[in-house]
Amino acid sequence: MEVTLKIFRYNPEVDQKFHYETYTIEADETERILDLLEYVKGYHDGTLSFRRSCAHGVCGSDAMRINGKNMLACKALVRDVGDTITVEPLLGLKVEKDLIVDMEPFFDNYKKVLPYFINDSPLPEDGRERLQSPEERARFDDTTKCILCAACTTSCPSYWGSDQYLGPAALVAAHRFIFDSRDEAAAERMHIVSETDGLARCHTIYNCTMACPRDIQITKAIGELKMASITGKLD
Amino acid sequence: MANVHQFEVVVVGAGGAGLMAGLYASRGAKTAVISKLYPTRSHTGAAQGGISAALGNYEEDKPEWHTYDTVKGSDYLGDQDAIEFMTNEAIDAVLELEHMGLPFDRTPQGKISQRPFGGHTNNETGKPVRRACHAADRTGHMILQTLYQQCLKNKVTFFDEFQVLDFIIVNGKTAGVVAVELATGELHTFHAKAVVFATGGHGRIFEVTSNAYAYTGDGAAVLLRRGLPLEDMEFFQFHPTGIYKLGILITEGVRGEGGILINGAGERFMPKYAPSVKDLASRDVVSRAIYTEIREGRGVNGKNYVYLDVRPEAVNKYAAMDGRTNPDGSPYTITGEQVLAKLPDIIDFCRVYLGVDPITQMMPIQPTAHYTMGGIPTNKYGEVVIDGNNTAFPGLYAAGECACVSVHGANRLGTNSLLDLVVFGKHAGLKAAEYANQSDYTNLPGGTEAAARSQFDTLKNGSGKENAFTISTEMKKVMFEDVGIYRSGSVMESALDKIMELKERFKEIHVTDTGKIFNTELLNAWELGNMLDVSELVTVCALNRTESRGGHSREDYPQRDDDNWLKHTLAWKDNGKIKVDYKPVVITKYQPKARVY
Repeated sequence: MEVTLKIFRYNPEVDQKFHYETYTIEADETERILDLLEYVKGYHDGTLSFRRSCAHGVCGSDAMRINGKNMLACKALVRDVGDTITVEPLLGLKVEKDLIVDMEPFFDNYKKVLPYFINDSPLPEDGRERLQSPEERARFDDTTKCILCAACTTSCPSYWGSDQYLGPAALVAAHRFIFDSRDEAAAERMHIVSETDGLARCHTIYNCTMACPRDIQITKAIGELKMASITGKLD
Repeated sequence: MANVHQFEVVVVGAGGAGLMAGLYASRGAKTAVISKLYPTRSHTGAAQGGISAALGNYEEDKPEWHTYDTVKGSDYLGDQDAIEFMTNEAIDAVLELEHMGLPFDRTPQGKISQRPFGGHTNNETGKPVRRACHAADRTGHMILQTLYQQCLKNKVTFFDEFQVLDFIIVNGKTAGVVAVELATGELHTFHAKAVVFATGGHGRIFEVTSNAYAYTGDGAAVLLRRGLPLEDMEFFQFHPTGIYKLGILITEGVRGEGGILINGAGERFMPKYAPSVKDLASRDVVSRAIYTEIREGRGVNGKNYVYLDVRPEAVNKYAAMDGRTNPDGSPYTITGEQVLAKLPDIIDFCRVYLGVDPITQMMPIQPTAHYTMGGIPTNKYGEVVIDGNNTAFPGLYAAGECACVSVHGANRLGTNSLLDLVVFGKHAGLKAAEYANQSDYTNLPGGTEAAARSQFDTLKNGSGKENAFTISTEMKKVMFEDVGIYRSGSVMESALDKIMELKERFKEIHVTDTGKIFNTELLNAWELGNMLDVSELVTVCALNRTESRGGHSREDYPQRDDDNWLKHTLAWKDNGKIKVDYKPVVITKYQPKARVY
């Protein structure tokens, strides 16, 4: 089938402002949008720039706006988005070139929530694993799936309003550790996410949940953090 | 030289091995980790099924069995001292990951959960043993995230989105690396006492692959250009179960949970090829079985694929026929909910890319290029060794998929890659820091960036008569079809001619992007140059080895030949020609014998 790709283009070394280029190519309905971008880069315009690596939705490199929705280009198929496809960079992060945005503010927010396991108690005497029941493990399973692609955070109107807001992805990272029965820094993290630029800026818009390519129930996770913040209890 | 940095240890690559090396090196020396991707984009994150260690959390297991299974899996080409070292370290390595917070799945007692995998056996009964420690079907993702998180906690210095282009040698010693910063196009020199390469594999030289776009053999190609040898490059693993046409990995854990392979005639065929462990035989064995079924006309609808079936009714039927039991002795059964809970990503991939629901439908699969067994030769401490006498190159280390210790020999066992990168990443980092503490910086000569700049200039100044994308497509096709699962002399001779033709045509490409900011066209072209160099070397080594062993199957030499070929290949680039030599395999306890599953 014939597909029309309208792609956001901006090269700061040449362009005063962004513009769109349109490419008409042959594509199969099972092809990924990433395959189409590769084809355009290979045969129409080598300067087209975008990030990609795993090409099957687990590395988080190629989040972008496809027909207005945040998706991974490697997980969006032609049959899902139709034959007229507009591809644009994520909103809320500075465009560096074409579909590449500056990820540093996103990772800076992630780093604010102490996104690492903290447990300073002695290890079990036999040197073996810290025990955790299957139920305790299931408590935070959903938020371990995050690949830091930024599709959620850059779909959030609160984040568009202020990049000081931690954003959904950082809150997901906080959730992953706060609800891990082995971790000991929940109180410290709850303090961080309960500050002005944390939970209070989530207005339950659900954009993040709809944008997540890993199907994480992000609004639910943030809701659990809000509940913990209000009650002072984790369960 | 504006952009010169000085670090005692520089780690190149930020997947599992690079992060582990960075974590350990940074405890003893000033360390930087340089990566062409953001660390969490690394291909370790795509690993699915598990990491092996004889924890024995469900049933009896021991490191000795893990050692023997790995030796057998390697078709006796693995170095047994290194394998023993790795399997003995395995238990502590997995426990260390748990102590770092890695969210493994749990047994009812709260211990790390384990599942069966191909080639993992109880050596006394020959039955499959639960050795693969797992976190759903995203174990690699959890390892990558956990190690990156621990690096943040320990304030490891990162240079994200810096592509390393060259390795600097001064007076026969390591002096650093040259890299380009993707965001600015600026070249940077990293002056170092020790360098650890952890740059991953080169599966992207093949058309159908489970590997990321990033897997272009950069580390191997950079060192090859600097006169260092590569080891056992003829050995590449084709994973039996990739999604048809796309190559996306479907973990062996599917078969660990009871999935079976079904041909176009509706028959379960693995018992013909591996009567004892059947669908859980070693990967090379299963991939060849699938290919044989297809070639003999038993693919599905006459096409190049077969089915992987994990529908609960099929799993339960065959588990009953095989007499498979739970750890408590009760018959093994599984429900649709359990399949979804244990293999959520696999279900998702099939639904998204195939429109197939594995709970109710069979998955169309074909073998997919998966893992680089060969690579930069090292000893078991991650020190790069450069000749048949295992002479170490001062200050140079390698770990993970880019390295060849060799613990995988001619065929890697599933889950040993994650173990490899944790164990050898750690030791390479420790050794690099130890070396750095005992040595001084070399004097850095001028013009360190000249070679890298000249490579870029060549790509920018070509005639443009050729298209890089076309060359890449042709390379992948010829490598997959002619230097793939089954190989033969005459076919590979013509494949080598084709690769040499592509290398000539590559000189005529022209990078149209003249900018500096994220010039991904230039970087992709440079990576293609690496892949062409690696493809040539793989093909030459595969032609040279006139036997069949593990992942290297010669139709013109179908038998393993221990009298002539129980040895590792070393290959160098010497004045444009490839020179081949050998070194012995280390055999300690296990004398080679016929390999039957």
